Amino acid sequence: MAAKVTTNQSSIKDDSELTANDPELQTNVSSKKRLSSSSNMLATSSLISPTGLTSLISFIVLTCAYISGFMSRLFSVIRFESIIHEFDPWFNYRSTAYMTENGFYNFLNWFDELAWYPLGRIVGGTIYPGLMVTSGVIHWFLHMINIPIHIREICVFLAPFFSGLTALATYLFTKELWSRRAGLFAAAFIAIAPGYSSRSVAGSYDNEGIAIFALMFTYFLWIRSVKTGSVFWSSCTALSYFYMVSAWGGYVFIINLIPVHVFVLIVLRRYSLRLYVSYSIFYILGLILSMQIPFVGFQPVRTSEHMLAAGVFALLQAYAFIDYLYTKIPRAADIKQLFFGLIMIVGLIVFAAVVVLTYAGYIAPWSGRFYSLWDTNYAKIHIPIIASVSEHQPTTWTSFFFDLHLLICLFPVGAWFCIKELTDERVFIVLYAVFASYFAGVMIRLMLTLTPCVCVLAAIALSKTLDYYADTETSDMSTSPVVPTNDGDGDDTESDKNNRNLYDKAGKPKPIPGRRGTPGTNPEAEEDTSIVSSNIKTVVVICIAMMLMLFAVHCTWVTSNAYSSPSIVLASYNNDGSRYIIDDFREAYYWLRKNTPERARVMSWWDYGYQIAGMGNRTVLVDNNTWNNSHIALVGKAMSSNETEAYKIMTMLDVDYVLVIFGGMIGYSGDDINKFLWMVRIAEGEHPKDIREQDYFTENGEFRVDRTGSPVLLNCLMYKLCYYRFGELQTDFRSPPGFDRTRHVEIGNKNFDLQHVEEAYTTEHWIVRIYKVKKLANRLQAKNALRQVQRRKSIYSTTKKVAGQARKQGVILNKPQIKKGTKISKRKT
Amino acid sequence: MSQLGQVAGILRKLNEEYQISTPKKLKLIDAYLIYVLLTGIIQFAYCLLVGTFPFNSFLSGFISTVGCFILAASLRIQLNKANQSTFNVTPERAFADFVFAHIILHLVVINFIG
Repeated sequence: MAAKVTTNQSSIKDDSELTANDPELQTNVSSKKRLSSSSNMLATSSLISPTGLTSLISFIVLTCAYISGFMSRLFSVIRFESIIHEFDPWFNYRSTAYMTENGFYNFLNWFDELAWYPLGRIVGGTIYPGLMVTSGVIHWFLHMINIPIHIREICVFLAPFFSGLTALATYLFTKELWSRRAGLFAAAFIAIAPGYSSRSVAGSYDNEGIAIFALMFTYFLWIRSVKTGSVFWSSCTALSYFYMVSAWGGYVFIINLIPVHVFVLIVLRRYSLRLYVSYSIFYILGLILSMQIPFVGFQPVRTSEHMLAAGVFALLQAYAFIDYLYTKIPRAADIKQLFFGLIMIVGLIVFAAVVVLTYAGYIAPWSGRFYSLWDTNYAKIHIPIIASVSEHQPTTWTSFFFDLHLLICLFPVGAWFCIKELTDERVFIVLYAVFASYFAGVMIRLMLTLTPCVCVLAAIALSKTLDYYADTETSDMSTSPVVPTNDGDGDDTESDKNNRNLYDKAGKPKPIPGRRGTPGTNPEAEEDTSIVSSNIKTVVVICIAMMLMLFAVHCTWVTSNAYSSPSIVLASYNNDGSRYIIDDFREAYYWLRKNTPERARVMSWWDYGYQIAGMGNRTVLVDNNTWNNSHIALVGKAMSSNETEAYKIMTMLDVDYVLVIFGGMIGYSGDDINKFLWMVRIAEGEHPKDIREQDYFTENGEFRVDRTGSPVLLNCLMYKLCYYRFGELQTDFRSPPGFDRTRHVEIGNKNFDLQHVEEAYTTEHWIVRIYKVKKLANRLQAKNALRQVQRRKSIYSTTKKVAGQARKQGVILNKPQIKKGTKISKRKT
Repeated sequence: MSQLGQVAGILRKLNEEYQISTPKKLKLIDAYLIYVLLTGIIQFAYCLLVGTFPFNSFLSGFISTVGCFILAASLRIQLNKANQSTFNVTPERAFADFVFAHIILHLVVINFIG
């Protein structure tokens, strides 16, 4: 087809261009070459040169995509303030601030004493430094040219900045795959798609913000190096892969997808020397570059996740060698069978070697994080910490539409078009689509890796559709024969039909059914009844334009309502619509920062560790890194045991303050009581004799905090810390005192006293509650003391188990059994 | 025995074909390839004998030999006149790319060797 031929032509001519990031220059030169090769049309245009128009349109569309991507992520900055969101970004921000103050080498060698209290954390060896280094470089550069921007602003706005760059990288990627028109669509789609903007709003200072840019850029360079077979592009791919390894743990996706691509190309008989050159150089340089990151270390040669790349490398060397030998043998065609037999033998040998090495222990098996993608029940049984994260849950069908709207419907169409017109690089995008769809179905967090692929394929589908339908040459311009515009790039909207006519004027006539026109005549709109008339085409184009507008509206709405909450500042709306800010988290952390000794230790659940260390600047016991399961289990055990047992654990761990999150007063549902069962499960994993999850449920198996709740639950430390003094509080005149608004019940254990902790601080809406752990008492109370201490009687109903009689509806307890007739029998009590 | 004879005959024919049809430039690169391969084999044998204690040094050296081998093989492929249709590079460009990739490779190797 004409499109395919021209794309290949333009890609080979583009080989000499080194300015991959400069679309204007590239499109200028390449479009000039293309136009001069087809015909001399420049002479006919009057004011606007077509090449200039092409590159101008590309530039404008890309700039608009960049700006709209940047702007649509700024909702939370406008509504609240420029603040770091969520939990993980606080650690990234703290380490970036550390790096700008203390320099790069101190950052690489940093040992953090504020985290994981008795153990500490070797930060240099346990993070992916790409994010911090990127912000640090931008900070250094801006300060060098005397623009003093604070590091927090750089961190907050880094993700929107890189989202625009991702749009550019996706444009380049799609241009290599299909055409420039599809590239412009893809850039526009990924700029605003909610699947990507959910993880890259302003303030979400996390690895994914730069990782998706590195991913798309690496894939673009890989496709280019496969197409050209150039050593230069392969080395650039390796360098971009190095940046990706430094940025995100998801680099495993790249190092597995590219070998699968190579393998499938070999299986499909599409092996070529370009493939050999590009993959070998990429693998070797990428291997040694990836081992420079301390966190990755020797994993690329020791773990199963990287063995596919090594195996395909060995197989490719063998294939190339045997292929070379075959060129030397004169009668090569006769022994083709032997050739493939040899290749299969080599493949089996490599596979067997990997299996043997794995069983021998030299190669580590798949780690839990990645194995749970294959066997989805594995994490629930064996690693409850991985199973408890809400991002790791399976994806629901609705979230596909919510995150991708129109694109998820166009996505299979684009995949089909790529399969129909298969080339080496389109095999890659099809494989990417298959694997990304599987992973996105397993874990909701991996919707992020599916989004660029969906944008690219939907753009291809839309571009091919509009190539046909937007091509509505009407009869008034037919003084010259019109040709289909498959070999002209840069026009992607229906409003550019005029421009298309401009540079088609002196084109050669091609025999296209239904559009043939002889000079000087006025051809009918349809000469052939099988071809759609231009009116219908316009209608279709208008419908497509409306769908795209709806897509843009949906994306903006989703980003604004669902993904722009900073989660450290909550907002609710009064009856008259005015906004009411709930700033309890920052209030509590600020209190911690100002009112506690500098070396105080704070115990809380691991969710809040990064925030406490970041904003409160105090030592925490466990934080979001979750690298030490036993330590977290100890904290969970302390939270789940009664107060005396918990006090023993807390003195052992040397804890000064305990922090809990409680949402019962305002109805905040992300509090610690709702997370409590996960604490119990994780504690049970390490201490199964002391903590049993069944103890915390009622007999019916429900988790209740009211009178019918299990006594173990109603006396545990977490319960007491959350509901201390809550029994006196009446939030609403219609409900009794102590009514929990999140669980919608009245609590069962009220008016108790705390023995080993005392309340230090409770925030305005009771969301964060901080308690100080009391030191051991000086004197123990003597048994026959003369002074009686009045303690409030705890209103607490005991549930004595009567064998088989309690809690059944309609049963009167202790009902005397009356036996009729004869002698007086014993009463059953 | 006839099998061995056949294999020996094929090998001899391959050798003849190779000596005749390959230009001198490519033979030079082939000699370099064999040298790098021998270096790699010696390094690996040494590691098997002595153990992998500074593992990063061993990896760095071994990957350096493999990398040099791959880059020289790529240069040979790109300089081979028979492959002119697949690749579209001049010999000077091929050599410049070779040097560029080598710079990256050796910078990383020196960093990693510890």
